[in-house]
Amino acid sequence: MIYLQLFYNFFMTGLFAIGGGLATLPFLYDLSDKTGWFTHAELANMLAISESTPGALGINMATYAGFETASFAGGVIATLGLITPGIIIILLIAKVLEKFKQNRLVQWGLYGLRAASIGLICAAALSVVQISLIHFNLIGESGLTAAELFDFKAVLFAVLLFFAMRRWNNIHPIAFIAVSAAVGIIFRFAGV
Amino acid sequence: MKELLDLFLLFAKIGATTFGGGYAMIPVIEREIVDRRNWATVEELMDYYAIGQCTPGIIAINTSTFIGEKRRGIVGGIVATIGFVTPALIVITVIAAVLQNFAHYAAVQNAFAGIRVCVCILILNAIGRLWKKSVVDKKTLLIFLAVFALSVFTNTSPVILVLASAAAGIVLQQFSVSGKKDGKERSGDGK
Repeated sequence: MIYLQLFYNFFMTGLFAIGGGLATLPFLYDLSDKTGWFTHAELANMLAISESTPGALGINMATYAGFETASFAGGVIATLGLITPGIIIILLIAKVLEKFKQNRLVQWGLYGLRAASIGLICAAALSVVQISLIHFNLIGESGLTAAELFDFKAVLFAVLLFFAMRRWNNIHPIAFIAVSAAVGIIFRFAGV
Repeated sequence: MKELLDLFLLFAKIGATTFGGGYAMIPVIEREIVDRRNWATVEELMDYYAIGQCTPGIIAINTSTFIGEKRRGIVGGIVATIGFVTPALIVITVIAAVLQNFAHYAAVQNAFAGIRVCVCILILNAIGRLWKKSVVDKKTLLIFLAVFALSVFTNTSPVILVLASAAAGIVLQQFSVSGKKDGKERSGDGK
């Protein structure tokens, strides 16, 4: 029964891929070898598509593989399989957290956790900046020019956006995202 | 029923605007959940992100489950999560069915290069606001610096970083509490 197989395999991926996003990648490669539901090349395409569509890589891959194997119902079932372990575990944690919220040790643990949370977010932000604005990873290479290090068009736009968000801070982030898509197309931000 | 529908639609909206992975949802979630609806505090959001990092599943999904559960219990958690994945499900199904070369169109690549710039600034702004709520003293600054450095310069798993930070929080607070108690007792002895 293909639906059951899809659900089971993506359930296992969802259960063991901790940390989200790219953490699912090794499991997806493994799944590709094991089942042949999708090829490594398709997985690479999916990485590109995931960066250009809403949603996380793991979810997108589940939908895609499910659809390729068993059409629309397959896509839905594979996606549900992937998110089910997370839902169950978070529901349990949420209950425990509500019960022990006043406990001193839990409070102290959360105090440390929040500092870690912002640390991880900053590290992730750095990698987004590196991809789209300043290519830190090139520092140290011989013959590096400023044009290679900075993406001038993007940096200029980023500065404009920064001040625009300051000035009109009651505008919804979605509006800024839409404008940025248009600017990206008009000024050919990807250079194609 | 109406509230469940609201939850579903709100998270579908958040899911439709989360490009390029979990952290991109932070600015939108903050605006919708904290500023507009007061459904959670900034501190609670930070807890959800950190817990989402060290549990199975995708951070964005885990955060949706948390907030949904807080509003409407177990059903709320499930509805919010399904709402979050629905836009991606529809978009990918369409791509798989008709637009195999979607990511290769010039307009698509340019649009998303523009969106990534916007996501950078949105996240940096969000960091400014989250910072004030989470790095509150020298001890939390220390934890922040350690986690940031380890995740930028090494391949340490976020699972380990999050668990170690929770332990560090407990240990550091324990020290400062027993330190204060000692101080009080000593000054009491002095009288």
